[in-house]
Amino acid sequence: MDYFAQQLINGLVLGSIYGLIAIGYTMVYGIVGMINFAHGDIFMIGGFIALITFLILISLGLTAIPVILLVVLLVSMAITALYGWTIERIAYRPLRHSFRLAPMLSAIGMSFVLTNYSQVAQGARVKPIPPFIIGGYTLHESADGFVIQLSNIQIMVVLTTIALLGIFTWLVSRTRLGRDMRACEQDQTMAALLGVDVDRTISMTFVIGAALAAVAGLMYLLYYGLVDFFMGFVAGIKAFTAAVLGGIGSLPGAMLGGLAIGLIETFWSAYFSVEYKDVAAFSILIVVLIFMPTGLLGRPEVEKV
Amino acid sequence: MTAIPHETTKARRTAGIPFLLKTAFINALIALVLFSLMIGIRTEAGSDGQLTYWTRFGDLASIVAAVFGGSIVIELLRQWIGPTGAEKLVPPSVQSGMSFIGRYVAPALLIFTLLVPVIFYDQRYILDLAILVLTYVMLGWGLNVVVGLAGLLDLGYVAFYAVGAYSYALLATNFGWSFWVCLPLAGILAAFWGMLLGFPVLRLRGDYLAIVTLAFGEIIRLVIINWQSLTGGPNGVSGIPRPTFFGIPLDNSDDGLAAKLGIEYSPTHRIVFLFYLILALALLTNWVTIRLRRLPIGRAWEALREDEVACRALGINTTTTKLTAFATGAMFGGFAGAFFATRQGFISPESFTFQESALVLAIVVLGGMGSQLGVALAALAMIGGFELFRSLETYRMLVFGMAMVLIMIWRPRGLIGHRAPTVYLTKANAISSDLVKEGHG
Repeated sequence: MDYFAQQLINGLVLGSIYGLIAIGYTMVYGIVGMINFAHGDIFMIGGFIALITFLILISLGLTAIPVILLVVLLVSMAITALYGWTIERIAYRPLRHSFRLAPMLSAIGMSFVLTNYSQVAQGARVKPIPPFIIGGYTLHESADGFVIQLSNIQIMVVLTTIALLGIFTWLVSRTRLGRDMRACEQDQTMAALLGVDVDRTISMTFVIGAALAAVAGLMYLLYYGLVDFFMGFVAGIKAFTAAVLGGIGSLPGAMLGGLAIGLIETFWSAYFSVEYKDVAAFSILIVVLIFMPTGLLGRPEVEKV
Repeated sequence: MTAIPHETTKARRTAGIPFLLKTAFINALIALVLFSLMIGIRTEAGSDGQLTYWTRFGDLASIVAAVFGGSIVIELLRQWIGPTGAEKLVPPSVQSGMSFIGRYVAPALLIFTLLVPVIFYDQRYILDLAILVLTYVMLGWGLNVVVGLAGLLDLGYVAFYAVGAYSYALLATNFGWSFWVCLPLAGILAAFWGMLLGFPVLRLRGDYLAIVTLAFGEIIRLVIINWQSLTGGPNGVSGIPRPTFFGIPLDNSDDGLAAKLGIEYSPTHRIVFLFYLILALALLTNWVTIRLRRLPIGRAWEALREDEVACRALGINTTTTKLTAFATGAMFGGFAGAFFATRQGFISPESFTFQESALVLAIVVLGGMGSQLGVALAALAMIGGFELFRSLETYRMLVFGMAMVLIMIWRPRGLIGHRAPTVYLTKANAISSDLVKEGHG
């Protein structure tokens, strides 16, 4: 039971990270109708930028951890968002009215560019950082000495996710930008005719998605204490699985799917085999797409001629 | 869709130098922010596990300067060429001339390929490279059935390559079966896996299908890595038997081919044999594809690529049609895999990564989906290009990715060729299928 509870905590934390990445997939798919294959690599870039900012701040002699965290968060969100914007501008916008497979192929190319760019720029070796946020709470100690722990970093990951989700929901449901985004999602031509700047709205979608991925990258860095240039690929596919599981195009769905994938992966590693945890996640993707293509909260897609 | 982009390009054409400099400056500024931390700072883990960093502001400055200059050049080019419908870049007269040449390129290329072992008999390096190119030509032609003809985006093609390679490797090392028995088996097994994957997932739309095939490819690779008792895990399978000339080994023994023919033994014989083997396999793939294109099933594939909804309306069973395309493509992948295993003598999961799938896909896309000659030329250009830049190992995938993006922007229907459906109405349609998104005509 204790073991189960501990895995539940671990799974929820991992799921929060996946959920943050999944939002980027689901938003872009909702508006542009393409799978942003490079989104996993944006997450990786976010992790790298957070790492480098940490290093600089520490070598400058800053010691106040909350200040460091805040600066790192803002810097990595801002720069990663610019990456998202640039990629959309260079690789996706010219292809918006091209044939169906073109944006997907361009996105695959972009994913290669980003992966190899960070390998060339920062080297192939894993980059570790010392743990910043230490300590935690012991929730329960059983008779045989098994301890359920909730570390401070886990609390931080979950709280940040909840806060961001709140801000984000407000953004989409209450602001002008959110309304434009929803309008573009339904009908780009009509939205353009009614004075919505479609190009700008799509750009902003990529910017927001990339910023959230940067937060996920920072969380990953703090939680696991390392980044490497190849982490975006698997994390990206899993987050995409989460987006599909939750129903692509649906924001609460992406978060729900992320949590589900995080829990499944953690429990699979805990009770079955660690080696096959990725196989489990990928199999879920296939099974979901076959039996439940609209996901948990998605709307059925109407095929138009 | 809207008229806005057109107007802005008009405005740009009249704009002068201040506009040019402003654009370049903004681009350089963006580049500065983008690259400031990733290029300007280099991190590395020291021997004690502590991260250290040093600055590289020189590199950063040169990259920003390159972006500044590059955006001026691009902007100037854009003003000279003007707004282009990228695909109409080549005028029709040149296009017809190219198709005239194209008629003679294929036979000439084939004759040259047949003569390669004669011309380069002493140059082992060139022969090895030619075998590699032909392997990718075969993979490209195999994938072409799926992507080029049927229009199904398959990102996990390497899975079938792996199935073929491991089928041959395991059957040959465990049971001692000969290559010629295992080759059809490898193809059948790969086709079987293709059906197994295809049957449930082929109802999915393009993008979803792509992701599922990608997941499938990764699953196969992960299973190969982790099922150590069968596949040897990350260590791979070694000691895979070399191919024989229909039972006669190509070695220096008394029953070797050289001894039987009464000629002096040379290790090049085996290389030349491998060359003709893969050439035969590739040509088989090509021939089968061309023949299939004339059959109702091939016509159905092309129709499916152009418009799936119309296909269903005409009573074509889309599931079976897609499934046959998938299985056919997978079978050729399996053949190529078996050949790869016998050529290398050693296989490991490292040869079957997603990168490999993307490379084959890029060959098909670059060649102009569906064009057989285009795919062959693209494989030559791609593998040859990789070989030329072998010294720049780390940059080559970076350039590869950039090339993929640029090709999609400039020539989304392929750099070399573009195959129109085999049959079409001779009366001009109101709009060509080129101008609309598939399924949205």
